[in-house]
Amino acid sequence: MNVPSSSLALEVTDLNKAFGGLKVTQGVSLSIRPGERRLIIGPNGAGKTTLFNQISGDLRPNSGRIRMFGEDVTRLSPYQRAHRGLSRTYQIITLFGGDTLEHNVTLGLLGLLPSRWQMWRPLSSYRHLVTEAHRTLDSVGLLHLAGHSVSELAYGEKRRLELAMALAQKPRVLLLDEPLAGLSDGERATVKALVASISKDTTVVMIEHDMDTALDLAETVTLLNYGRVIVDGERDQVIADERTREVYLGA
Amino acid sequence: MKWIAIALFAAVALLLPFFAGDFYVNLASQIYIAAIFALSLNLLVGFGGMTSLGHASYLGVAAYVSALMTTRYGLHHGAAALISILGTVAMAAFFGLIALRATGLGFLMITLALSQVLWGLAYRMSNITNGDNGITGITRPEPFGISLESPAAFYWFALITAVIAFVMMTVFVSSSFGSSLKGVRDQPRRMAALGFNPWMVRWITFVYAGFWGAISGLLYVYYNKYIHPTSLSTTSSAEALLGVIAGGSGTLAGPAVGAALVLLLKNYVSAYVERWNMLLGLVFLFIVLVMPEGIVPGLQKLAARLRRRSS
Repeated sequence: MNVPSSSLALEVTDLNKAFGGLKVTQGVSLSIRPGERRLIIGPNGAGKTTLFNQISGDLRPNSGRIRMFGEDVTRLSPYQRAHRGLSRTYQIITLFGGDTLEHNVTLGLLGLLPSRWQMWRPLSSYRHLVTEAHRTLDSVGLLHLAGHSVSELAYGEKRRLELAMALAQKPRVLLLDEPLAGLSDGERATVKALVASISKDTTVVMIEHDMDTALDLAETVTLLNYGRVIVDGERDQVIADERTREVYLGA
Repeated sequence: MKWIAIALFAAVALLLPFFAGDFYVNLASQIYIAAIFALSLNLLVGFGGMTSLGHASYLGVAAYVSALMTTRYGLHHGAAALISILGTVAMAAFFGLIALRATGLGFLMITLALSQVLWGLAYRMSNITNGDNGITGITRPEPFGISLESPAAFYWFALITAVIAFVMMTVFVSSSFGSSLKGVRDQPRRMAALGFNPWMVRWITFVYAGFWGAISGLLYVYYNKYIHPTSLSTTSSAEALLGVIAGGSGTLAGPAVGAALVLLLKNYVSAYVERWNMLLGLVFLFIVLVMPEGIVPGLQKLAARLRRRSS
């Protein structure tokens, strides 16, 4: 693909990461256009989440480059990348369990505002943030629970709240780490519709095991195995590829 | 429940100097000083999830600097207090850079080590600190020309400072920055992904806690008119930490209650029981077993249960 790098939402070049002798990312390169829906698949231990952690800044790669909209973010901290428009959700639910849903989403909004340093005014007094948080909660169908504690939520609702916290930030690039994990069929359909409704202003990169649901959401697919990109391209092309079947069916 | 407690405290605090003897008035002054100290430690331990075993550094250094400035260099109390506070805050800023390279147990060990260095210096640099003899001959300031020599006068001074400290720290933890702080305590990784700088949030809190530690140190040295290296010791840090945990870390009033308990045991009970430390240990054990979250959350839970039963 000969697209100039500044017009790519996310560009990963020859990324390598090893934990001791275990090479978890080996020469991974990705080019993701603005507004693209990219699905990353691969068996357990393929290095999908490790790749996400490097893109979000939680892990430093041993070598390689990560660019967002042409800017090199390889050496930036996670919070600096967030301010450049990157948001993510976690495979293992990472919420503020003792707080209300409203508070969780408001924190997501606060993270990008200068008022996060403000030391005398309570967070709940920022009416416009609360209104905005309610709007986001409404969009994921959790508005009726806004004042409840996260600990009262069912698992599926927590997954949706994960998504709401990331969406509230109106990210330019959104990383979704297994948003469907552990959900019932009904909840799956709900979350799928939610992901499908995300604005095209947001580039979505998603790790997902549930191929039946996730493939409908994807335009392009990357197959990882043992830390390497095996197949990369348009969805139907990747599905039809011999190597995909090999990795998934062991044929 | 909360308002009853506040009203009760206000009534006792305002009436105490009028009916209680000097011994109790002085004891109350000491409780206010210990409470400010415990509240400042609670910013780290309770709201920041940073368990420090070296918080006495800030109390001790502020006290020593003020004592030296007034006795040795003959500085006016106002100037000495200003230098003492600025110096202590600068030290907190520097210690924060070192200690916050780690979290959890590593952080605890670094704060312990740094405070041990200061304690050692206070002992060994006897040409400046007078070593084990401590510094004597310290006077109390006279704010607006009011003498603080009488127990009652000092009591009001300590009470007003403690109330201001409590309000200021409550505002701090309730603010949006306070929300960031609690978020960083609970989910640092998520907070970073949301755009917060966890290190900076912790560091600012560390410095702010150092500031209130300094204020308690000034009151401490004014009250005692004497300063000795033990005020910088690990025992001093550990007592405050014990108070915070016993009262309820991460609550607003808990550390003050815990500090009062430790001080009462230390000053009052030690008159009757020689091994007051053992009694403190037993009381602490009791609290941990019966109210593992501390006295204040424990009482809140108890009150809620009683209310449910009566309705």
